[in-house]
Amino acid sequence: MEPSELKRSKDSPNSDESTRRSSFPDEVLERVLSLLKSHRDRSSVSLVCKDWYNAERWSRTHVFIGNCYSVSPEIVARRFPKIRSVTLKGKPRFSDFNLVPENWGADIHAWLVVFAAKYPFLEELRLKRMAISDESLEFLAVSFPNFKALSLLSCDGFSTNGLAAIATHCKNLTELDIQENGIDDKGGSWLSCFPESFTSLEVLNFANLSSDINFDALERLVGRCKSMRVLKLNRSVSLEQLQRLLVNAPQLAELGTGSFSEELTFRQYVELESALSNCQNMHTLYGLWDAKGIYLPALYPVCTHLTFLNLSYAALRSDELAKLLAHCPRLKRLWVLDTVEDKGLEAVGLNCPLLEELRVFPADPFDEEIIHGVTEAGFVAVSFGCPRLQYVLYFCRQMTNAAVATIVQNCPDFTHFRLCIMNPGQPDYITNEPMDEAFGAVVKTCTKLQRLSVSGRLTDLTFEYIGRYAKNLETLSVAFAGSSDWGMQCVMGGCSKLRKLEIRDCPFGNAALLSGLEKYESMRSLWMSACNVTMNGCRLLAREMPRLNVEVMKEDGSDDSQADKVYVYRSIAGPRRDAPPSVLTL
Amino acid sequence: MERRVNYENDLNLMATEPRLGLPGCGDDEPQRKTNPSIRNNKRTVPEISEVSSSESNSSITMSGSDDQDSPPPAKEQVVGWPPIRSNRKNCLQSSKRNEVEGMGMYVKVSVDGAPYLRKIDLKVYGRYPQLLKALENMFKLTIGAYSKREGYNGSDYAPTYEDKDGDWMLVGDVPWEMFISSCKRLRIMKGSEARGLGCV
Repeated sequence: MEPSELKRSKDSPNSDESTRRSSFPDEVLERVLSLLKSHRDRSSVSLVCKDWYNAERWSRTHVFIGNCYSVSPEIVARRFPKIRSVTLKGKPRFSDFNLVPENWGADIHAWLVVFAAKYPFLEELRLKRMAISDESLEFLAVSFPNFKALSLLSCDGFSTNGLAAIATHCKNLTELDIQENGIDDKGGSWLSCFPESFTSLEVLNFANLSSDINFDALERLVGRCKSMRVLKLNRSVSLEQLQRLLVNAPQLAELGTGSFSEELTFRQYVELESALSNCQNMHTLYGLWDAKGIYLPALYPVCTHLTFLNLSYAALRSDELAKLLAHCPRLKRLWVLDTVEDKGLEAVGLNCPLLEELRVFPADPFDEEIIHGVTEAGFVAVSFGCPRLQYVLYFCRQMTNAAVATIVQNCPDFTHFRLCIMNPGQPDYITNEPMDEAFGAVVKTCTKLQRLSVSGRLTDLTFEYIGRYAKNLETLSVAFAGSSDWGMQCVMGGCSKLRKLEIRDCPFGNAALLSGLEKYESMRSLWMSACNVTMNGCRLLAREMPRLNVEVMKEDGSDDSQADKVYVYRSIAGPRRDAPPSVLTL
Repeated sequence: MERRVNYENDLNLMATEPRLGLPGCGDDEPQRKTNPSIRNNKRTVPEISEVSSSESNSSITMSGSDDQDSPPPAKEQVVGWPPIRSNRKNCLQSSKRNEVEGMGMYVKVSVDGAPYLRKIDLKVYGRYPQLLKALENMFKLTIGAYSKREGYNGSDYAPTYEDKDGDWMLVGDVPWEMFISSCKRLRIMKGSEARGLGCV
């Protein structure tokens, strides 16, 4: 190996060693590092030495920013000159549940302006919980001639006019993925804005929108985009129209149907079934709004090779689900509504041995009079049949410690365990004890646990368990739980890999907040709302840790000394300047 | 197993005292019921909880503390709980509306000149074109296509419906969900009256 010709001079603390040992030429190093995809690996690589830091930054093409305020667009552009793909996340997760004030921030526009100057060849933008206006979408559409992929998840501030701008101007678009956003739906004409000459679309997801689109335009679009592999329709598309689309797109890998409920003639049904059976590549099925059980058999030919089935918009009964699942032996991910009840979940356990992810959503989350839904029995039944479960999100109205202990014994590989007992502070319904032992069992048994959401009646003991055993835990969500500061202190002291902590309605105060002083800089963020934290506590934190942004959101009519909502995050960009009046930066 | 839902009387002073322990925890804890029941220990966030009274649905548990005579507790919702994204909530609500009638959303359909009325179940149709086709089949007539500007111009017939306010509206103007939640009955107008509607 020849000694390197260093293009860029660096001062390396290990300069003696690097001159003694020959190092790679920069080009080789960059080439090798360009093969690294994971942003965490790249971060580690950049810490090795100055050479590697520089090689890494020149070879990075995708940047992931988990908190848009942790860094500024200028800093990003300075460090990474060759970015072609950006993922940005904005608001705290609890904004999904209306806990974050309007106009909180996370506006994309300032980023776009910098990107237009520094990354004119930007190809991909993936945003989560950001605010984006129609003007910004138009700016995006005209500023980046190579733009290929836009994904918006849980964003707000834009309307279908912005989508029209994207469709009109982005000649090379391959992906338009609009998921679960607060979008102002002004009508479906945006879809007709794709020019007749446009053929590059591979991913189209407009399931989020409710307006009717021009079906002829959609049919022509799907017909000429021969590389389309993901198509997620909205509810306004009928079964008959679905059949017409599928006939022209048998190559689809992921399909989100429209409404699955109109009356079909026998011939229409047969045609639909036939169109579906031609989709040999299909591994993901989605949508199925208002699905009527009688038409589900049309899906059977597709079910045999399905790995992801999302039935969370179809209020199926247990027998309907059971019949369907009998045809889905390869299922790895399943989302359902709790209308399937425990019996439906038994069918999951019986039919889907390869299952890795299960999400059970409540059909009627706000109605206390519900008699059905799922209980601990359903979850236990799944655990017996699906030992490979790694990810669960389970909404229920009753649970026991014993059941959870059994579940984790059957499925020790959980990486994500999110249990939501919907009545806040509810104990084990048989023993009336707190649910401490349930989550104790989870953290003791599931050593790979990365994400945990707890619920039910919980004392500090739960958090002692978490601090002691959950050594790989990265994300923790807590609501209506704990008895004192000690609980949170255990977590802050014990969970060395913790990155995101979100807490609401818990009796944790200043002592708890300040116990994490050393820790917050190694975390992405902390959220605490409706706890016992005061303004003084927050001020102290802000004073001691200047590299943290400590933001307090006050609510009308609350005590001046209470810090109603606190959001703490590390940042190298300093305090933000775009906070609305309701957000105080300390 | 049937469960009665019990509501704690949130209007008693003990519950509103600013302690941030678990709702209902502490020495003033009422003795628990022996049968498994859901205790509604919701801690409300004052400025944003919605209070909707549902006297017919709620049953009151007198918690151990002796309360003043307060009215039946209203069913309260805690903001952002359970943690479900608004998109999903909206979708569920509109599905629920369809399920509420249970046995179907039957409305009367009259056609000008026909000797008797018919009934159809609006729930069966996911959208307007299907409904219109069904009406065409049922009455052996042609309604044609809807356009925002001209209604059903070109056809001898115009489908109308009576909404909750008692007004007669042209079918097709509002989103489907809004239509089926406000439609009380249908009337298919014929002839000159119908054509007149197209030019409004």
